[in-house]
Amino acid sequence: MLTFKGGIHPPEGKALSEHKPLKRLSLPDKVIIPLSQHIGAPAKAVVQVGDEVLTGQKIAEAAGTISANIHSSVTGKVIGIGEFPHPVAGRGTAVVIERSGEDRFFEYPTYTVETCGREDFLKIVAEMGIVGLGGATFPTHVKLSPPSWKKVDTVILNGAECEPYLTCDDRLMQEESRKIALGLLLMVKNTGAETGIVGIEHNKPEAYEKMKEACAPYKELKVALVKTKYPQGAEKQLIDSLTRRKVPAGGLPLDVGIIVQNVGTAFAVYEAVYEGKPLIERAVTVSGEGMKDTANFITRIGDTYERLIDEAGGMKEEAGCLISGGPMMGFAQVTARQLPVIKGTSGILLFTRKQLPGYEESPCISCGACVSVCPMKLLPTQLVTLVKNKRFEEAGEMNINSCIECGSCAYVCPSRIPLVQYVRLGKGALRKISARERAKKEEAK
Amino acid sequence: MAEKFYVATSPHIKKNISVTKVMWLVIAALLPAYIHTVFLFGMTTVWVSLAAVGGALVSEAFMQLLFKKKITLYDGSAFLTGLLVAFNVPPTIALWKVALGSAFAIIVAKQLFGGLGYNIFNPALAGRAFLMASYPADMTSGWSAPANGFLSLNPAASQAAADPAVVKFLDSVTSATPLNALKTARAALNDPGLEDQARHVIGELFSGESVINAFLGKVGGCLGETTALFLLIGGLFLLVAKLADWRVPAGYLGTVALLAWAFGGIDGLFTGEPLFHLFTGGLMLGAFFMATDMVTSPITAKGRWIFAVGCGVLTFTIRMWGGYPEGVSYSILLMNIFVPLIDRYTVPVSFGEVKS
Repeated sequence: MLTFKGGIHPPEGKALSEHKPLKRLSLPDKVIIPLSQHIGAPAKAVVQVGDEVLTGQKIAEAAGTISANIHSSVTGKVIGIGEFPHPVAGRGTAVVIERSGEDRFFEYPTYTVETCGREDFLKIVAEMGIVGLGGATFPTHVKLSPPSWKKVDTVILNGAECEPYLTCDDRLMQEESRKIALGLLLMVKNTGAETGIVGIEHNKPEAYEKMKEACAPYKELKVALVKTKYPQGAEKQLIDSLTRRKVPAGGLPLDVGIIVQNVGTAFAVYEAVYEGKPLIERAVTVSGEGMKDTANFITRIGDTYERLIDEAGGMKEEAGCLISGGPMMGFAQVTARQLPVIKGTSGILLFTRKQLPGYEESPCISCGACVSVCPMKLLPTQLVTLVKNKRFEEAGEMNINSCIECGSCAYVCPSRIPLVQYVRLGKGALRKISARERAKKEEAK
Repeated sequence: MAEKFYVATSPHIKKNISVTKVMWLVIAALLPAYIHTVFLFGMTTVWVSLAAVGGALVSEAFMQLLFKKKITLYDGSAFLTGLLVAFNVPPTIALWKVALGSAFAIIVAKQLFGGLGYNIFNPALAGRAFLMASYPADMTSGWSAPANGFLSLNPAASQAAADPAVVKFLDSVTSATPLNALKTARAALNDPGLEDQARHVIGELFSGESVINAFLGKVGGCLGETTALFLLIGGLFLLVAKLADWRVPAGYLGTVALLAWAFGGIDGLFTGEPLFHLFTGGLMLGAFFMATDMVTSPITAKGRWIFAVGCGVLTFTIRMWGGYPEGVSYSILLMNIFVPLIDRYTVPVSFGEVKS
């Protein structure tokens, strides 16, 4: 079976929610829409308090090349712009919109795969505020418009969903396979690629069958099973599994002629092109042993974690930990109150206090477990030692910047060393050092 | 709804493993061999191991108190060191000497280097080396009970031997460990008066019966040297439970077997008996429980191969041409020195890295 070297097999936890069909959540009375929901510069608000907006109307505009538009997810009135909790940044500026009775959509032109040319396509993807929905939220139009000297031959659709507990991509592939296939076809045709491959972990056989059926009519599209192993869905690992091409260190998939997109992103691309619908909704899994019941929702951006948790069945008394995203790479949250679902929210997970791992760090015993699981073939424990001793440049020479922060090392560490955290510290320190050096060079000029 | 949730860095799930669990599982893996040793040597085993483990635990607690560190006796690492010291001494040694060996292992080889995770040398082997240097007589003689009769030398031959030198030679090989006997016999090969007897003894040692005796522990030796079969069982458990990297025992045992086959015979190349070398002495204990010590072995896969093969080459070299009959402990200690160097030169090419 297709796979990569390294990685781990954490308990999947998917049985809790994989059988729950996607359910469209009722509209919230109020949405909180952060201006930063993507990698890059936060969008600039183009509405003011008191403005009436339609569903899908642009409320904030991309600020710069790497940024993305943001749209209202309900029809109503802007009642405030201010600081709110943010699932990734901690806090951030958000536009608050109170919903009025109806749900009227702002109208955009619609196209099909036959009528949508390359220029139109990129414009639509940018205009509709589409970003990578796997969690990294990189603006999709940037990814889909590589520089002219980079030839793309393959678009890979990431349906691995390797994070434990998350099942929304699985459900989306089962229930919207046709639209996902068309979204992929749009991306293949409009990037000059020859092939589109959907990579799905072999623990999702139904999704695989459905996607295969949906892709069958198009000779450009293929569906492949990959081994269920974390982090199979990491960009470089999935490319390796499917094509055996190795993205060079510090490079991008483009360097080996590949663009990787999430299945949710393909679905959003379809909706944007075929239905003229901006990215105002996404699929979210609400699950975990701290929940009374679980759900896979289609929810509007800006709805709150609190409401999703309640709508799914509420949390148990002993719930002690709230994660945004998956348990391996997600972000722990202090509170669910007024915490908005953003474009990158793939999961809302509640774990019980008992489930929380002990974090008391003991000395490294050089067992080498981190070395054997590292999918980037780094020596995590040595990187950590270097960072602890503030030997950041040496950590740089040991390729600390290649670390994808998947957390496999910390997962297997018997000494409970928060390796990823130390690596982040080291990367941050290196960034500062290189910034300082750049400044020095500028001065010298 | 809970007001505040517990916040920590990712990943938010962890494998159910800890240093404490690793240590106690390794101790569990030593249990089959330990029980077998109790059968072989009776209560002696129990007293020796109590002295060794006791000495290790007291030393660990003492040093941690002295350095104002958290007392971590529960983590099993000192217990394991003590148990391994017990496996590395002959059953007849005075108990206080065993305890002293453990104390050296913990105080000097482990705690003075910074405690768990920071030691360069395998503590138990350092303890053994200390005892070998301090009490060589106690450490290399007095092989008791199982030693008797591991050689089925033809009684007629020894009775017929009128030459006192031959009688002395036969006495010395029958009351030794197999490796001692081999060493003595090999040395005697050059003595025209003893050559025939020596050839006979080596033939006996390499015979199927002798190898099976060694495998089943019916030979003389340190506590942990006499139970190849049960060490193998525990060792395989370590591999299956992924508490030890298979590369280390595979590389170590493989190297010794290959060298023993190639150079261990007396009738030229490739006439040696690899199984004899695998099942005698401390090789099983060393390959599965000492060389695999996580702290004092390399972290890279390639490094572990180098380390294991190095241990094998040194062990066989000492056995064949060195001053000691057995070389497992010194081989591992010597290779321990090279671990940082090995790790440094076996850094894997990272994903997507272009070799310059």
